[in-house]
Amino acid sequence: MPAQLQFRDVTLGYDRHPAVHHLDGEIAPGALLAVVGPNGAGKSTLFRGIVGILKPLAGSIGLGDVHARDIAYLPQTVDIDRSFPISVFDFVGTGLWRSTGPFGAMGKSARARIAQALAAVGLNGFENRPIGTLSGGQMQRMLFARVLLQDARIIVLDEPFNAIDAKTSADLIALVRRWHFEERTVLAALHDMDLVRAHFPQTLLLARTPVAWGATAEVLTAENLLEARRMCEAFDESAPACAVDDAPSRAA
Amino acid sequence: MIYDALIAPFTEFEFMRRALAGAIALALGGAPIGVFLMLRRMSLVGDAMAHAILPGAAVGFLLSGLNLFAMTFGGLIAGFAVALLAGLVSRTTELKEDASLAAFYLMSLALGVTIVSIKGTNIDLLHVLFGNILAMDDQTLLVIAVNATITLIVLAVIWRPLVIECVDPVFLRTVSRAGAPAHLAFLALVVINLVNGFHALGTLLAVGLMILPAAIAKFWSRDITGMMCIAVASAIVSGYAGLVLSFQTKVPSGPAIILVAALLYVFSVLFGNVSGLVRQIFPGRHLEA
Repeated sequence: MPAQLQFRDVTLGYDRHPAVHHLDGEIAPGALLAVVGPNGAGKSTLFRGIVGILKPLAGSIGLGDVHARDIAYLPQTVDIDRSFPISVFDFVGTGLWRSTGPFGAMGKSARARIAQALAAVGLNGFENRPIGTLSGGQMQRMLFARVLLQDARIIVLDEPFNAIDAKTSADLIALVRRWHFEERTVLAALHDMDLVRAHFPQTLLLARTPVAWGATAEVLTAENLLEARRMCEAFDESAPACAVDDAPSRAA
Repeated sequence: MIYDALIAPFTEFEFMRRALAGAIALALGGAPIGVFLMLRRMSLVGDAMAHAILPGAAVGFLLSGLNLFAMTFGGLIAGFAVALLAGLVSRTTELKEDASLAAFYLMSLALGVTIVSIKGTNIDLLHVLFGNILAMDDQTLLVIAVNATITLIVLAVIWRPLVIECVDPVFLRTVSRAGAPAHLAFLALVVINLVNGFHALGTLLAVGLMILPAAIAKFWSRDITGMMCIAVASAIVSGYAGLVLSFQTKVPSGPAIILVAALLYVFSVLFGNVSGLVRQIFPGRHLEA
């Protein structure tokens, strides 16, 4: 089976400093992959590269036959203006962008789908609430409802369970498992190792470069985690151009 | 008596009818734009842009006197140039939009006043700075009406991307390329409505019928559609009441309109049912759940 996601010697970063360095590998369609690593390991950067809002400094990311705009992406620090006067229903409805576009009507079936998505995340009765009145957990449920409506074959979740209570994360994990069951490709950046061991068959341990990648039990060993922590602590403001890169001008 | 005060000025004098029609057109186009400016925290950006229009209108004035089309055209060009430059700068660099516009504020005002003074009289300068809604001819009225119509149509077209761009720009970037065009179209609408306001209210007050109604609406509705309606309604009321006030008291018409809007604003700050001060002081007993 051809890979859903291909990393071809990809380097991603900011201002020429790599945050993900020379990543090679493939993710099969329908995979459920946890991306773990210390803060600053490049997890968010990798995701931003996958959804196309950050251009690689070198190398490339192949998406198979999926367009970058058809990936559902839940960023870590959500840049939402919570004071904006929009209802939960309308906000979640923006997840239908792929079918409605800028002008498409919100017909009966669209409204039914929005109602279903809200029910699936346990937000019935919140339809007319302004988004600014939601708690952190309710906000995350609402964002999952929008991901649900996006009906994407690749779903990228950046630390989706941070500051979320046990009940909410259990509900949302059930959604992730449902997406896996529907053979969507799901990537999630996580810090809770128990949760990763319990629900994610595959893991990528990232510390700018991949430390280990494969079956979760083999990746999350004490040695690997220690190694990852050690590798993440080097940042040199005046680092020389990367020697591995045979064409340094590409990174400039 | 009441008829004499409130309705007779408009039935008896054609210039009052024109002024009222102009004010209503300004309200229909400007107030919704003002609501978006406020929601995007760009209220003062609108003010800075109003000043950016002045040099263009002034060059038009320099070339052909108080000619409607020359001044409209000059103002549009200057406004678009600044809007595009500021938009590009804030999208491609780390400088925020307000900062990239702030420099234009004084520079444009000084430049524009200088250009008008070179050729015109103090009366011309007053006309440019404060407008004269009572002296609008058919052409000016037509320009204002056409601009308001364009505004409403374009706003309907870019509504959905614009709303998403306001509330969750990263999401819009991941699903569509519509964000940047919608943003630029919105800036263009800001310019068009400022030029509109410029003809009636002058450079210094052009944003008045955009921002004040928007600020008023914020105190009465939590929903963007409701805000739009309240903003337009309060702008129309301000226009009408301001004209009556001006007619009865000889207060200049532009400032009279803005003063009425300001009164409505103060009333809203005090008594608005969304976060109004009186509501906060006497919130009523807390609810069961």
